[in-house]
Amino acid sequence: MKSLLATLALTTALTLPGLAMARPVTLTTTMNAYGGDGAYLALYVTDASGAYVGSLWMAGGKSKYYEHLSDWYAATGGDPAQINGITGASVGAGRTLEITLDLADALFDAGYTLHIDAAVEDLRDSPNEIAVPLTTAGAGTPVPGRRYIANFTYK
Amino acid sequence: MIRALHRWPGLLAFALATVLALSGAALSVFPAAERLAAPAPVAGQTVADLAARVAATHAGLEEIRRAPSGTITAWWFDGGKPGSAVIDPATGADVGSADPNPVERWLTTLHRSLFLDDTGRLISAAGAAAMLVLTLSGAALVARRVGGWQRWFTRLRGPLVGRIHVEIARIAVVGLALSATTALWMTASTFDLLADGPVRPAEPAAVSGQTGLDLSRMVALHAVPVDSFRKLSFPYAGDTQDVFTLFTDTGTGLIDQGTGEVLSWSDLTAWQGVSETIYMLHTGQGAAALGLILGLIALSVPVLGVTGALIWIAGRRGRPRLKGLAPASRAQTVILVGSEGGSTWGFATTLANALQRAGQAVHVAPMSSFDPDRHPRAERFLILAATYGDGISPASAKGFLERLTRLSAPPKAPVAVLGFGDRSFPAFCAFAATVEQAARAKGWAMLLPMDMIDRQSPQDFSRWGRDLGAALGVALELDHQPARPASESLTLIARRGYGAEVQAPTAILRFALPKAGLWARLTGRGFARFEAGDLLGILPEGSTVPRFYSLASGNRDGFVEIVVRKHPGGLCSGQLMALQPGDSVQAFPRRNQGFHAGRGRAGLILIGAGTGIGPLAGFVRANTRRRPVHLFFGMRHPDSDFLYGDDLAGWQAEGRLSTLTTAVSRGARPHYVQDALRSEAAQVAEAIRHGAKVMVCGGRDMAHGVAQALEDILAPVGLTPAMLKAGGRYVEDVY
Repeated sequence: MKSLLATLALTTALTLPGLAMARPVTLTTTMNAYGGDGAYLALYVTDASGAYVGSLWMAGGKSKYYEHLSDWYAATGGDPAQINGITGASVGAGRTLEITLDLADALFDAGYTLHIDAAVEDLRDSPNEIAVPLTTAGAGTPVPGRRYIANFTYK
Repeated sequence: MIRALHRWPGLLAFALATVLALSGAALSVFPAAERLAAPAPVAGQTVADLAARVAATHAGLEEIRRAPSGTITAWWFDGGKPGSAVIDPATGADVGSADPNPVERWLTTLHRSLFLDDTGRLISAAGAAAMLVLTLSGAALVARRVGGWQRWFTRLRGPLVGRIHVEIARIAVVGLALSATTALWMTASTFDLLADGPVRPAEPAAVSGQTGLDLSRMVALHAVPVDSFRKLSFPYAGDTQDVFTLFTDTGTGLIDQGTGEVLSWSDLTAWQGVSETIYMLHTGQGAAALGLILGLIALSVPVLGVTGALIWIAGRRGRPRLKGLAPASRAQTVILVGSEGGSTWGFATTLANALQRAGQAVHVAPMSSFDPDRHPRAERFLILAATYGDGISPASAKGFLERLTRLSAPPKAPVAVLGFGDRSFPAFCAFAATVEQAARAKGWAMLLPMDMIDRQSPQDFSRWGRDLGAALGVALELDHQPARPASESLTLIARRGYGAEVQAPTAILRFALPKAGLWARLTGRGFARFEAGDLLGILPEGSTVPRFYSLASGNRDGFVEIVVRKHPGGLCSGQLMALQPGDSVQAFPRRNQGFHAGRGRAGLILIGAGTGIGPLAGFVRANTRRRPVHLFFGMRHPDSDFLYGDDLAGWQAEGRLSTLTTAVSRGARPHYVQDALRSEAAQVAEAIRHGAKVMVCGGRDMAHGVAQALEDILAPVGLTPAMLKAGGRYVEDVY
């Protein structure tokens, strides 16, 4: 289990109320058979105003390609500190990425939105492939992606 | 050192480099195919025009890209469904699928990472690095072999495999070095080792907040021709704060969707420019023709690998097996070897073995380790020095001259220098000559005058051995076999006897040409490829030492022919003379590059006596292109030993032989071949002045007489036999 709590708290200026209360959340991202190489995915959270709060996961190891995750890149400037310790391999077509991490309770039902930017070599960049509000009620409901992601679920 | 740098990466990287090269060659086709398939561009079209046309036919347009091939692709998101297509820039309409080619993708992944992701990328990069080392070390070896960079494309001689290797390599080397270097750069870029990352334009302080300006009216897009366009990303529908992002050959800009003005711009950095050029050079994307050339060149890698391995194996087989050698301190005879490819070591081994049989304590060492103090009991030094290329010291002789010059006094034991080289190069045995001069300058006593071996000639070597034996007071018979020959059984199909009446029983023996397998034909081994002037090694029964006879035929003639004279008490000639059709002998061919007629149109002056007619007759028989050939033939009596008499008349009628001059030594007025030469002096001098090549075959005395006659004949036209020899236009096969 990857603990994201510390990263979120450390790497963002945001101070979350009730940090002590957190729950393990599993994020499941299933890719389409889009016919390309492994996809880079950036999972991150914005607040109710759309401002970047912090990153949850980066699938894809080469920072030179991060610019293709254009919304995430615009929000962070590609800052490697944002994804320090929460980086994994890119996700192949038709494969599933499953990550479990501790998310603060305060992030739920408070206007926060989880975004996924996706990019595949030689194919069109797909920022904001997923944008799903973090709500207790929405947990477990698959959300379809736009281009490369078949669906995304958190619970 | 350079050779080792060439050999080991080559052998290790062979399989890897082959995979990379073949996949690279296959990939090189795609940019060219894409270029051919790309819809025709519209002359003078601007991005504004293109974008407007595409947007008009595609709702929800998100991005337009132009590939280096000129292919325009659009991506859109309409009604919750993503779409993409290749676009005709003239109409904006879809003309084909934008989905990547799965074969190209598979090959690309194999080529750059062997399906092993980053580990594979590093392995591939190691392959590229090995290729780079190979091209550089190989280029240095070629330069050394041909005698300098300015002689890069000089004609090659030597075994077929070696020639194929160098012929291909000296053309392919530039392309392979380019592919390898660019591959390493691209790997470094992928692993973020270079500062060639993108620079994003600064976020604009403010945007107009307006939307909906017609694309065709956007100033910033009007300014960019499609030729330099790369990518245009559209703002999110309904997001008033979002902008267009435009990528061109020169940089990246953010464009206001309400005003069409550039809000912010960043130029392409110099690093990016270099990386993009390198990407283009490596992939051929944007340089399809270059890509195809590099792909074609990449196909040479497996061929170079196989021929290189064959050369290495052949070199290993030729390695000496030295047994029972004396340590440096106890040696009476010290053999110093300056060898490049290893063949001179073989000669040293033969020499060492023969001296050991003569009761000598022999030590063999590379010239580079020369130190007379290590050999207190030395009675003589024998230096066998090859010359590499244009008189350069060979690998195992590095530093010898410096060591010799530094000695305070010359070694007490005398020295004999034997040079190995190739007479067709201007600096024949130049290194050995330098060594001899240095030795003389040092005051080192000479055991023998310097002698030279042309193209590993076993005859030259055994002759020198006899001279050395005479100087030492022992009988020294040097039968050198560079690589233990695999012999084949040859069956006699015809024999013609001559000379019995003049006490010189001689025969022309014709054997059936053995069938050559595919491998032999490919590598030119065995009887698959030989020509007149090459040697036939015959292993007589009861002996393991082959005797060599000059071949009077080539493989194209479809038979193997030699001329043999019976020597009193001669083991081999006795067995050969006793052969009847249907009988067989064990034999193998040996290249004798120095005594080939060559392919030129220049005339030939062939001079021979007795059995020396053999190869000369072969040259005449093979002269289907009817170059002028003048044959001088010495015999004892025309009724008895006029070898090839009938054939010569026929060849003359067919135009393969221009003139035939004979000399008869038995009779009232003995006449020798050199006399015949003198009687035709004017014609001979004239032919030589016009570029004719002189080829002499026969006994030593005859060759000596011919050399003297030629000296006299050539003096009026200002030439000497030595000058002709230096130019490879006077060659001898003397026994």
